[in-house]
Amino acid sequence: MNDFAIEAKNLTKTFGAFTAVDSISFEVSKGEIFGFLGANGAGKTTAMKMLTGLLAPSSGKAFVNGFDVYTESEQIKKSIGYMSQKFSLYNDLTVAENIEFYGGVYGLSSKMLSKKTEELLRSVNFTELKDSLAGSLPLGWKQKLAFSISVLHNPQLVFLDEPTGGVDPVTRRQFWEQIYEASDRGITVFVTTHYMDEAEYCDRVSIMVDGKIEVLDNPENLKRSFSANSVEDVFIALARGAKRGDS
Amino acid sequence: MPAVEVYSIHKSFKKVQALRDVSFFVKQGELYGFIGPDGAGKTTLFRILNTLLVPNKGNAVVLGLDVVKDYKQIRPKLGYMPGRFSLYHDLSVQENLEFFASVFGASISENYELVAPIYSQLEPFKNRYAGKLSGGMKQKLALSCALIHKPELLLLDEPTTGVDAVSRKEFWEMLGKLKQKGITIIVSTPYMDEAKLCDRVALIQDGSIMQIDTPANVVKSYDRKILGIKSSQTYRLLKVLKQYEWMHSVHPFGEYIHFTEKREQPDVQALQSFLVNQGIGDVIIKEIEPNIEDSFMALMKEEAAHE
Repeated sequence: MNDFAIEAKNLTKTFGAFTAVDSISFEVSKGEIFGFLGANGAGKTTAMKMLTGLLAPSSGKAFVNGFDVYTESEQIKKSIGYMSQKFSLYNDLTVAENIEFYGGVYGLSSKMLSKKTEELLRSVNFTELKDSLAGSLPLGWKQKLAFSISVLHNPQLVFLDEPTGGVDPVTRRQFWEQIYEASDRGITVFVTTHYMDEAEYCDRVSIMVDGKIEVLDNPENLKRSFSANSVEDVFIALARGAKRGDS
Repeated sequence: MPAVEVYSIHKSFKKVQALRDVSFFVKQGELYGFIGPDGAGKTTLFRILNTLLVPNKGNAVVLGLDVVKDYKQIRPKLGYMPGRFSLYHDLSVQENLEFFASVFGASISENYELVAPIYSQLEPFKNRYAGKLSGGMKQKLALSCALIHKPELLLLDEPTTGVDAVSRKEFWEMLGKLKQKGITIIVSTPYMDEAKLCDRVALIQDGSIMQIDTPANVVKSYDRKILGIKSSQTYRLLKVLKQYEWMHSVHPFGEYIHFTEKREQPDVQALQSFLVNQGIGDVIIKEIEPNIEDSFMALMKEEAAHE
């Protein structure tokens, strides 16, 4: 089980009569950048909640960093990083305070923390801004900072839930360079996005439709098998057939 | 008479300058797009046009009426769809539509024809609470509610943000149909690829308009040759390209990295051998047509250089 960052087998979640995630099976290799795509309501969020140890599956199996999602959710939470578009930083704390807070949550020692803080501020050119309130930063900077913080504790795997929504095109690309850099350091990246060009940056992508993973392959092969020019065309061809929306 | 005329508008909130010297005109019947990231000033601008905010300087005329003096006459003529979901979650689909119609003294039946192409898709769910709708359906309901009093001008603030690629496509198809009915539409979006679906676009960043033109002309005004470069080692390729002596810009862009040189005529051969020498053997280089995003990034760079 330990060769994969994520291994899911027939993973399913039902809410009453509704099957949100319908027996999905896939593996994510260590160090891979994995794009997890799907229309609104396809079941991505529910699947992510199960993989991050926040929601117990109804049936099936899943191991994240070798830990069982049923019985080892606390170990999973310690071994992953997470950031989303909707929530990343505390706006009423300064940049440095945010780093300190998250470092504390992840259990870094104070010596480690001050070293990491300095490294982090330098790597994103934030040294001058360390006493600014996070809320005063432009969105793109916030997201770059939030990403750095999500990998502060050197997790084996980081989950990014629409990290670049609304971010300007230059910063969006700088953000992806950060992702590449993290992946180069061996961190596995599991990312969702509505920007279809970003799907092309992934090593492999899966596309979920109505709770099921319809396709999973590298972008090149996906385009070839759908005779499509872009992952966007593949996505539209698949998701047009979707029966349900999100709720 | 233009549908909208805006002259040198400035708007600040405490220390934040949200809009700096913004001027533009929108023609009757035009589908006009504000393209820019979060924080560019799009929402502030929309709130000035819909008379909810007063500018610090400059003036704006909407449908021939002044946004400050004539706000009462302007409001019934506008349909506004705010960026955040603005419907009543605890009212049903139909109740929401009835509510918005009644606020403007209209009824669903008198304007049904206008909303029918959109609303008919929601009718099977008309008794569902709005809060229980999918993202795409919420968006359709919000558009129906903005339209139900038959406005002359629609202001749509980021209607497609956070919505998947398929729903976005359907939404733009709906806007195309509304345009055919003669409604003027001003829409904002952070998705650069949506610019090409507008008649004209204003590219906005940091409270300033960087360029206004048709999407085709925006792209045409981009004056550098772009090379698309691909290799299986994307990250290494990015790093190596940044060290190339003639490098002007390097941006990941889907399948191919977009690369421009400082000199006018890039030397593909020289670049290729440089990359091979750096250990990137499987490189593919081809000339690529610029798109709106290339233009936008080039303009951002120019603006930054002026500051």
